[in-house]
Amino acid sequence: MSKKNKESIIESSIKRKYKLQAKDVKVWYGDFMAIKGVSMDIKANKVTAFIGPSGCGKSTFLRLFNRMNDYVDDFKMEGEINIDGKDINNKNINVELLRKQIGMVFQKPNPFPKSIFENVAYGLQIQGLKDKKFLQERVESSLKQVALWDEVKDDLNKSALALSGGQQQRLCIARTLAVEPSIILMDEPTSALDPISTAKIEELIYKLKDKYTIVIVTHNMQQASRISDTTAFFYLGEIIEYDKTNKIFTNPEKQQTENYITGRFG
Amino acid sequence: MNNIKKNRLKDQAFKVWGIFCTLLGLVLLSIFIGNILIDGILRIDWEFVMNLPSRHAEESGIFTALMGSIWILLLTTVIALPIGIAAAIYLEEYSKKNKLSSILEVNISNLAGVPSIIYGLLGLEVFVRILEMGASVLAGSCTLALLILPIVIVSTREAIKAVPKSIRDASFAMGASKWQTVYHQLLPASFGGILTGIILALSRAVGETAPLIVIGALAYVPFAPESPMDQFSVLPIQIFNWITRPQHGFVENAAAAIIILLLITFVMNGIAVYFRNRWQKKFK
Amino acid sequence: MRKIKELVIERALLFSALITIAVTVGIILVLSIEAVSFFSEVSIIDFLTDPEWTPLFTNKHFGILSLLSGTLLTSFIAIAFALPIGLSISIYLSEYAPKSFRRTVKPLLELLAAVPTVVYGFFALMVVTPFLQTFIPGLSSFNSLSAGIVMGIMIIPYISSLSEDALHAVPNSLREAAYGMGSTRLQNSFKVMVPAASSGIIVSIILAISRVIGETMIVAIAAGQQPRLTFDPTVPVETITAYIVQVSLGDVQHDSLEYKTIFAAGITLFIFTFLLNTLSYRIRKKFQEKYE
Repeated sequence: MSKKNKESIIESSIKRKYKLQAKDVKVWYGDFMAIKGVSMDIKANKVTAFIGPSGCGKSTFLRLFNRMNDYVDDFKMEGEINIDGKDINNKNINVELLRKQIGMVFQKPNPFPKSIFENVAYGLQIQGLKDKKFLQERVESSLKQVALWDEVKDDLNKSALALSGGQQQRLCIARTLAVEPSIILMDEPTSALDPISTAKIEELIYKLKDKYTIVIVTHNMQQASRISDTTAFFYLGEIIEYDKTNKIFTNPEKQQTENYITGRFG
Repeated sequence: MNNIKKNRLKDQAFKVWGIFCTLLGLVLLSIFIGNILIDGILRIDWEFVMNLPSRHAEESGIFTALMGSIWILLLTTVIALPIGIAAAIYLEEYSKKNKLSSILEVNISNLAGVPSIIYGLLGLEVFVRILEMGASVLAGSCTLALLILPIVIVSTREAIKAVPKSIRDASFAMGASKWQTVYHQLLPASFGGILTGIILALSRAVGETAPLIVIGALAYVPFAPESPMDQFSVLPIQIFNWITRPQHGFVENAAAAIIILLLITFVMNGIAVYFRNRWQKKFK
Repeated sequence: MRKIKELVIERALLFSALITIAVTVGIILVLSIEAVSFFSEVSIIDFLTDPEWTPLFTNKHFGILSLLSGTLLTSFIAIAFALPIGLSISIYLSEYAPKSFRRTVKPLLELLAAVPTVVYGFFALMVVTPFLQTFIPGLSSFNSLSAGIVMGIMIIPYISSLSEDALHAVPNSLREAAYGMGSTRLQNSFKVMVPAASSGIIVSIILAISRVIGETMIVAIAAGQQPRLTFDPTVPVETITAYIVQVSLGDVQHDSLEYKTIFAAGITLFIFTFLLNTLSYRIRKKFQEKYE
């Protein structure tokens, strides 16, 4: 076997081992370089947290994985983003299909101005699934997974906007779970919520990790240390340190990481 | 200190002047409407509504004109609504920031300011003559549809724009295509605003006279239209016709018809405002 | 499969948007073609300089000046009436009036613009003219004064609403600076606010002018059908728009010279309103940049 073949076999087995991969990724918004050459590998069925001060590229980087940056006007990217070993920026990739396999939860809960049922069923409906019984079962199981079922089961036709902030966010999570994605991206999902709702959602994330790969951007370091397995510290568009959460928060390698963790800046 | 007092007096004087001006237009309008009511309210009875126009003022009625107006309104809606909404969706959700989109924007702004009689001239050449529709309801509706198209487009765009970006984000993040997002999320959410816009546009169309005169709507039509290719008249043209007749009986008829036209116009405006308020509440 | 559907939908939507361009092209083509045909028979010099417009009589004259003077005279009267009133309203609502008053009054004022013009025409002929005749004894039953005043009433909201929006958009810091120096509301309004909002106010005036120049029914009913080159507001005149209506009501042969006159008149009108609208659009765009 030639050296080249050996290398590519090793490379592809590494690719398969990691659910999400970034290779030397650079991002520009117009002239501003938001991400300055980031590489990282994320394993499946783990919770990975991105921490770091505002504006350091965490959300931008997160959105590379479901290509939500495509909608921003001056967005430009170099480098490779792989999911399950495949380059998602390849011309042949159907971006909508990609997004159906990845769920996203936003900072401010954004339920559709429709009923609770229609919210959760939306992802299935746009795939053409119409069978009423199937939809009802999926909606029920998704709402149960986020512990919302008991609170809303009596009136699924109620408007989603009538729910509280915490309930709305759990509804948004249920919405993404309904299509059974393998990856869930969360962009500061609890920063707009009260402590009780936050606690409920953190509990939820911890449970979901068995079935899903979760990446969460958070401003809240305590949250990161509570729920994540690995943590990446972003600063000014670069990853300063990326390691097991335990290590990052008790014995970081880099001085900058320690400074941020201990609150000397941020 | 004399100067300060003078300035204060001027200030107060302007305040009085400002209130006067604000109320002037409304007071004048009330006088006009009061006058019309006095002239015309007694003339309105079921016969007036159901009669055909005639050479004798007492026997004349607005039936054909009323039917013509209804036909025109319905047909104009059918033509203008799909085109206007489609164009607005394109401009708001699909077009990119290039030369074409700026040309489209300037153009629509310009069309909104073209005098309605010019649309009449356009309709006369293109619809009545070249497309050989004759002076029919269809030609009139096509002409008015073009007239109200900019209004429909602008108000639909505003309605779609008002839907928060977070809804679009959520839909795209779930893998919905652009059209799925428009169809399932944006249009239902902006429905109230779109409805308001079209009702306002139609309340304008119901009062339009000049373009329809130019395309050949007759002032004296002895029958109500029964198909889109029939000739027709509309309420404002009937009013215009009666105003130009010397006999006093026709002045009464005109006043009575004006009351009905104003009623229709104000009711439509009222409905539009009602829907706008309900729709705006939805996002609060 | 889905990709094809998306593409087809996008094309259909684009097509609908392009219809708007087709309308403009259509207007320009229709007016130009008939106008060119008209000018093959009537010299453009005559058109622009002959003081008489008598295309329907046996002794034909084709000078647009008299129709133009009718249009401009009635429009001038309308603006002269509406401008001080509309501007005062905008200043009063923006700088003096309590918010609740403003909220109730603004939609009522918009009502003035919603009244069908044929109704205004009736008022001008049946109410305003007889009223004015009581103190202007020489006022003829068709005249540009009544029509002008009523058109002015109609466009009050055009000027007041847009000017008020422009005043409202001026940053509060300017207002506070003026009051901080002890100016009255009047001084602040005229010395600080109006100059700051001037582009928005000018836009509202231009749009109002464009609106009255294109107005048809009020003048067709109340201003008369006698084309006349004059500045006298008490005599009958005829506007460009009223002439087009007059011909349309009559029995004019298609392709006759008389028929083409309405397009010659129409293209003159179109050029005026087009220039005004373009001007207001340019100013509006510049104005937007100013506060961004």
